[in-house]
Amino acid sequence: MATMFAKIWDRHVVTRRGDDVLLYIDRQLVHEVTSPQAFEGLRLAGRPVRRPGAILAVPDHNVPTTPDRAERIDDRESREQIEALRGNALGAGVPFFDISDPRQGIVHIIGPEAGLVLPGITIVCGDSHTGTLGAFGSIAFGIGTSEVEHVLATQSLWQRMPRQMRVTVTGALRPLVTPKDAILAVIARIGASGGTGYAIEFAGETVRRMSMEGRMTVCNMTIEAGARFGLVAPDEITFAYLNGRPLAPPPGMWDAAVADWKTLPSDAGAAWDREVALDASVLEPHVTWGTSPQDALPVGGSVPDPAAQADPGERDRMRRALEYMGLVPGTRLTDIPVDKVFIGSCTNARIEDLRAAAAVAKGRKVAPGVTALVVPGSGLVKKQAEEEGLDRVFLDAGFQWRLPGCSMCLGMNPDKLKPGERCASTSNRNFEGRQGPGGRTHLMSPPMAAAAAVAGRIADVREVAR
Amino acid sequence: MREKFTSLSTVGVPMDRRNVDTDAIIPARYLKTIKRTGLGEGLFFAWRYDADGRERPDFPLNRPSFRGGRVLVAGENFGCGSSREHAVWALMDFGFRAVIAPSYSDIFHNNCLKNGMLPVTLPAAEVRALIDALLAAPGSRVEVDLPGQTVKGPKGDVHRFSIDAFAKTCLLEGLDEIALTLKSSPEIDRYERERKAATPWLFRDLRG
Repeated sequence: MATMFAKIWDRHVVTRRGDDVLLYIDRQLVHEVTSPQAFEGLRLAGRPVRRPGAILAVPDHNVPTTPDRAERIDDRESREQIEALRGNALGAGVPFFDISDPRQGIVHIIGPEAGLVLPGITIVCGDSHTGTLGAFGSIAFGIGTSEVEHVLATQSLWQRMPRQMRVTVTGALRPLVTPKDAILAVIARIGASGGTGYAIEFAGETVRRMSMEGRMTVCNMTIEAGARFGLVAPDEITFAYLNGRPLAPPPGMWDAAVADWKTLPSDAGAAWDREVALDASVLEPHVTWGTSPQDALPVGGSVPDPAAQADPGERDRMRRALEYMGLVPGTRLTDIPVDKVFIGSCTNARIEDLRAAAAVAKGRKVAPGVTALVVPGSGLVKKQAEEEGLDRVFLDAGFQWRLPGCSMCLGMNPDKLKPGERCASTSNRNFEGRQGPGGRTHLMSPPMAAAAAVAGRIADVREVAR
Repeated sequence: MREKFTSLSTVGVPMDRRNVDTDAIIPARYLKTIKRTGLGEGLFFAWRYDADGRERPDFPLNRPSFRGGRVLVAGENFGCGSSREHAVWALMDFGFRAVIAPSYSDIFHNNCLKNGMLPVTLPAAEVRALIDALLAAPGSRVEVDLPGQTVKGPKGDVHRFSIDAFAKTCLLEGLDEIALTLKSSPEIDRYERERKAATPWLFRDLRG
């Protein structure tokens, strides 16, 4: 009677020390921002990378998304970080997707595309959104740079078993309501620290019906509820996604691998430390109003009043958030104008996200004065979207069609908000300054962001697309 | 390499906010470095300085009575968000060696321990009392005693905290965790051999 997490955990225990285990790490993804100090640490100590072939390195956070980026990156520090990653990867024999490689993209999007992420594995990355990859039924988690160095040197990490939470989602999502809305609703329910210390498994018929893209969106944002791990049990949808990918088990190993993966799902009698249930059939498109992902409301709602909040600490936090966001309690969310729209990020830049946004953009125009960016999550997503004609749909509607990268999610590359600018964003964090100093972020789904671009304000996509 | 931590008697700096995220602690544009040092200048940048680059006089780190303080006392869920270890490096570069809060994000908490920074967890009511005392008497001192696992507040109030025994040893001795783990190399070798035999599809490599 074990949870899926516990089963995967147990098969990765190398040795024990009190309550901690030395957990073997099957795969590590590496990007330019959180790895230079780790490679430097190895060099200073004279330690080699233990298993270079288990790693994949890619630049994503700093890279510009404009066409001339392979020739020149103006920002000296970004250029140096990308060069450092290239040198570190090539020097250690670590596979590396360079900036002009057609497979380059956001680290959490290219891993699955390569078939690097399989059910039952442990995988880490120096990035908090690594939980995305738990959508395949794996233990996937974000780590700090010291831990990146530890994994490079030892292919393992000392860890303690987290508590187990199950979020069961039932009922069919209504049209134009997406997995993003489901995870925003979960975060609003349990709070930004509700998942701290937990691994969260997402279960229920609604999750079972989701594509791998949708499951990745859900697991991507578990960290916004404080949980390092999000998981979904593997099933036929998972196997179909993986079959034929470069690092997926080849034909001679495929049947044995699938038979193994089918033993992974949580047992019916497994014990959970906490259970949460969500009825997806009544979900509305969600939007955030504040500076924490927990500040999500149905789009039909209004900016809440801190005065109605009983807890003084929370009241103070809400007041600060509204001041930063330049919002007044009682304002209808659909009356909030936007300056920029960002469709992209490791949360929502996969092909299904772009299709959903394009369906809203098709035959419509971006509102005057609004700048709207579509940034595919990888070169492969970009290629597929172009084969389907989605780039033309976006360009005809007045959106910009960019090269892959983290882009406007985090204010580390040229794509950022100016002080005071307000953005409808499909990314994952609405923290103060996240998209650029003084920038104001409203999180939402790809169709909702496309609707905001067309309306020039936050809008209910169900009305825009009617 | 982590620094050793034993005890600290210093000015306590109150940060009366919850959900202080790592983007606030160190904005992303300061992460474009390949070093661990020098990050203190970006610490809490948007809260320390106004749009014209002038210090905001009422922000705790800018108030003369709190300057030089080495322990930060903050609200719930401190260090949430991004995994950036730069948040810890920035706090340490600025001079902080310990944080006291009711709760932390898991990744930030780990990152502290890896660098010799002590994250003290105390009940919310006790942290509230500490913050109130520091705001009422700016510049008053807080003592953090790791061997004894106690925090002494400005009024002589003593708060016991718990910490994992191994983490405590590592902090006190400044141990190199990678060197310790490398002693388990034979076990890691054996694990890899067995796994490779049982699940060979996990050991296929990508071409760069």
